[in-house]
Order: sequence, then C-alpha cells, then structure tokens
Amino acid sequence: MYFDSVADALAMGGHGAFVWGAYGISFVIIFFVLLRPIMSIRTLNAGIRQEALRKQSAQVAQENAS
Amino acid sequence: MWRIVHQFGSPPWVYRFCDRVIPWLLPITVVALLTGSIWGLLFAPTDYKQGDSYRIIYIHVPAAVVALAGYYVMALAGLVSLVWRVKLADTAMRAAAPIGAAYTAIALITGAIWGKPTWGAWWVWDARITSMLILFFLYVGVIALFEAYENKTVAARACAILSLVGTVNIPIIYKSVDWWYSLHQPASIKFTGSSAIDASMLYPLLGMIITFYALFALLMMLNLKQSLTEEYAQSAWLNKRLTA
Repeated sequence: MYFDSVADALAMGGHGAFVWGAYGISFVIIFFVLLRPIMSIRTLNAGIRQEALRKQSAQVAQENAS
Repeated sequence: MWRIVHQFGSPPWVYRFCDRVIPWLLPITVVALLTGSIWGLLFAPTDYKQGDSYRIIYIHVPAAVVALAGYYVMALAGLVSLVWRVKLADTAMRAAAPIGAAYTAIALITGAIWGKPTWGAWWVWDARITSMLILFFLYVGVIALFEAYENKTVAARACAILSLVGTVNIPIIYKSVDWWYSLHQPASIKFTGSSAIDASMLYPLLGMIITFYALFALLMMLNLKQSLTEEYAQSAWLNKRLTA
C-alpha cells in the first residue's frame, strides 16, 4: 500500500472528502444503472411465468369441463 | 458473413447471447471495478503536483473515454435503424442512451469534485467541460424524445436522427483542448509516441478504462435483455425459454 496508515489513506493529503466522495458518488450511479435492468427483468419474467401458468390452468379447467 | 449479420438482427439469438454472457461478465466486471479502484486509491503513487486528489482520474478518465465511445455505439445503431429499418437496432440505440448519460454524469461530477481542490472552482465554462455537458444533454435528449412520442416507430426515427446529428459534438470534445485555450489538461495517454504518464499510474488507469468498457458492454446486454423481455413477452420463444 502507498499510505502508511488507514488514517493517511482516509485523509488523502487533506483531500479525503473529495477523493472518497467522487468514488462514492460514481459507485452509487453505477449501482443504480446496473440494478435497474436486473430488477426490471425479474419483474417482467415473473409476470410472464404467472401468465403462462394462468393459461395452463385455464386450459386444464376447460378440458375437464368438456 | 451474412449469417452473422442476420443473427445480430434476430431477437431470440441476441436474447440467448445476452443470457449466456451476463452471468460471466457481471462478476468479472464487479471484481475488476473494485480491484482497479483499490489500486488507484491505495496503491498508485501520489502525483507530485496535484497530490492525492489526482486519484479521481481513475474514474474520471475511463468514464469520459467510454462516454464518448458509447456515443458512437448509439449513433451507429441509429444509422442502422434509419437505413435498414432493423427493429433491434433501435432497441440497441435506446439501450445505449441511459448508460452514456450515466457515464457522462460520472465524468462531469468527478471532474467538478477534482476541479474544486485543483482549479479552485467546481465548474468553469470551458470548451471541454461545456461540450461534455452538451453530450449529457444529447444522451438525455434521446431518452426524453423517445418517451415524448406515442407512436414508437416515429419515436425511434426521431431519436436516430438526433443521435446522428449529435455525432458532430464528439470530435469537438476530443479536439476542444487543442482548439481552444482551455483549463482542462490535454490527453496524457498517446497511441503514438510516449505517454506523459508514468507506468505506475498508467497501468491502473488502463485497467480502469478496459473495465469501464466491459461495464458498458455488460449494461448494454442487460438493457437489451430487458427491452427484449418487454417487447417479446407474448412471443412463443420467450415463453418457452422462461417456463422450460
């Protein structure tokens, strides 16, 4: 490691808030653009599976009725 | 050759491709992102002039580089969609826009945070920074324009034209530091001749640039998969794939 201590690494020569803040904000943005499609795909897939199940059970019910 | 081109236009093929690559690319990219950040933050040496605030470049430069490259991806997809009317191309164009907007936002925000301790100001209306802001508006404009139209075919066409016209901005951003007297420093990494940056700083920076490209590819595939799932929710191939 380049720094002598954890405190030194956090301080960043007096610019700690800037450096760590810049990384923090960037990671938050990356996290959100990454999470948005993943969550959306999950919801969509669940909907498609549910719809398929509903159709299947409707078909079975119709077959039983006839 | 034509078979490959045809495959790229086939939604089931592209869906399957994304589905197969994402589980590999996601962990690799996350690990690379963390490794590169730790390297740049804790292991690279301090800059003798700028001190430790220079460490912001390990995010700032990769985000800016890929934000520009990503614009070509979006504009090229727009061109393909306009000329050959490939539906998948405008899906790709829309997939690229939010990623580009996020990258440009990261470049602008980290640049502002770096500017405060280094230049003494959060923001300057300088050629490089202003043209970058225009890039951000172009990305956001494509997203907003698509939402503004009820008819999505017309929306895609308008977005394609906007992204193609916006391409003018890209060489302006590249050359802004040479054409105008600018506060922003010119590029330190050069493809020809020696770079103005030491190897101990260059390697983590190159690593982060590659990582940001990989992240762009990953996000592109995730957005494509998301759009395809939405568009083809009723299709037989997707239903078969999801319920099998």
